Amino acid sequence: MLKDITIGQYLPGESFLHKLDPRTKIIAVIIYMISLFIVNNFWGLGAMLVLSLAVVLISRIPLKFFFRGIKAIVFIILLTVVLQMFMTPGEPLWEFGFLKITKEGVRQAVFMGTRLVLLVSVTSILTLTTTPISLTDGIETLLKPFQKIGVPAHELAMMMTIALRFIPTLIEETDKIMKAQSARGADFESGNLLERAKAMIPLLVPLFLNAIKRADELALAMEARCYHGGDGRTRMKALQYESRDAIAGAFCLCMAAGAFLTRLL
Amino acid sequence: MIRIHHVTHIYKKESTKQEVKALDDVSLDILEGEHIAVLGHNGCGKSTLAKHLNALLLPTAGTVEVDAVDTANEADLWTIRQMVGMVFQNPDNQLVATTVEEDVAFGPENMGMEPALIRQRVDEALALVGMSQFKDKGPHLLSGGQKQRVAIAGIIAMRPKYIVFDEPTAMLDPTGRKEVMETMQRLNREEGITVVNITHFMEEAVLADRVVVMEHGRIVLSGTPKEVFTQVDLLKKMQLDVPPVTELAALLHKEDKHIAADIMTIEEMVRELCP
Repeated sequence: MLKDITIGQYLPGESFLHKLDPRTKIIAVIIYMISLFIVNNFWGLGAMLVLSLAVVLISRIPLKFFFRGIKAIVFIILLTVVLQMFMTPGEPLWEFGFLKITKEGVRQAVFMGTRLVLLVSVTSILTLTTTPISLTDGIETLLKPFQKIGVPAHELAMMMTIALRFIPTLIEETDKIMKAQSARGADFESGNLLERAKAMIPLLVPLFLNAIKRADELALAMEARCYHGGDGRTRMKALQYESRDAIAGAFCLCMAAGAFLTRLL
Repeated sequence: MIRIHHVTHIYKKESTKQEVKALDDVSLDILEGEHIAVLGHNGCGKSTLAKHLNALLLPTAGTVEVDAVDTANEADLWTIRQMVGMVFQNPDNQLVATTVEEDVAFGPENMGMEPALIRQRVDEALALVGMSQFKDKGPHLLSGGQKQRVAIAGIIAMRPKYIVFDEPTAMLDPTGRKEVMETMQRLNREEGITVVNITHFMEEAVLADRVVVMEHGRIVLSGTPKEVFTQVDLLKKMQLDVPPVTELAALLHKEDKHIAADIMTIEEMVRELCP
């Protein structure tokens, strides 16, 4: 059962978005988020909605993946909507005791709700169309300029890569230890929460000890293969911008400019 | 040539402040193109010796020289590690990247090579160990023997002159063991890479040009497999197994001097007994 866990939520595909450089996608998502919060009227919001739908269609990812993402945070969305509705002061539409819904409140609620749904959908396009490895590469290259002010770009990327590499190994190991302990009478399934947490100890102790031993050996193996940090290190697959990245970039700038213009309406 | 010259290595145990002499005045010359097996049971110092060959450990006393470069010389550290590659015991704990080809590229990337050259080296190395068709797979999807072959490819991509195998087959099943041993021998014979195989399997040691037996941090026996394995009594005293066929030959030799005592394989035995 543990083997079914997938890392990240990458969905292989051949769409325009799949082929984009990860750096372009990360920056595009940031510009999108800013634009989403720049727009302050229904024209702007409507335009963003249409745009987002277009992007979803381009990604050719089945809609159920987006619903799944939204379902995960449906509680937060509802809470935001309700709070906005009741807490915003203004012209009352409906009153009951101390509760009142204002016209401004409804407007705010619709805005925030739509923004959150769009935000979740579009950011999940990033993780759905990009492999964890290229996402890591993208983050590393984007953070590189900040290395001078002490951002450990290479180290962060290395840690992410090693984590990704060892997740399946550790899952396999957990499975093995669980079976071994069960064979000796350990019970992971029954009892209340506290008892079950206690039952995890014979699982976690060997798992952690092994993980530390692995880390030790891996460090040795990396050193033996001339690893000495990010300085002077090259990459086999250097990220390369293509013409499609320019198209996507131009599109993002138009979106940001458009978002500004809708404020003037 | 790797020259190990009167090397002593002392570990200090943090907890008890006790000193453990893992290597005791060891001298050994490893010649270019040679296939050496270092034998011994656990704790005899063979792994400590291996780690001295690429400066993962430095001698407490004595020197190790790789092609006349002293491993204690920090300025040459990365040159030495490039020249002397190392394959470790646990195939899982030496693969760094999430795909096979990225992992093989790790060493060359650390050396700062051009991307196009890395690509070429990676493809060559994977072809050499017969893992080309797995290049986009994640390491966790491979068998133990395949992982170990990827680890070997990762070393070959750095073009070393020497490869030290530190019990590379200890955690593998018989199929994996065979895969790794075949790869090791091919690298030695066809690519001319010097191989140092640290092992406790006699069947592997038989394949070497020279066998070195260690005990208590010292080299106690050294010679061709035939010279070493005919010392049946001495090996038994050190609690090392002798290949069963060789032991049989030794017993037969005691009874009948016409039967040779230096028989290493079943085929040889058949030829000896039924000429």
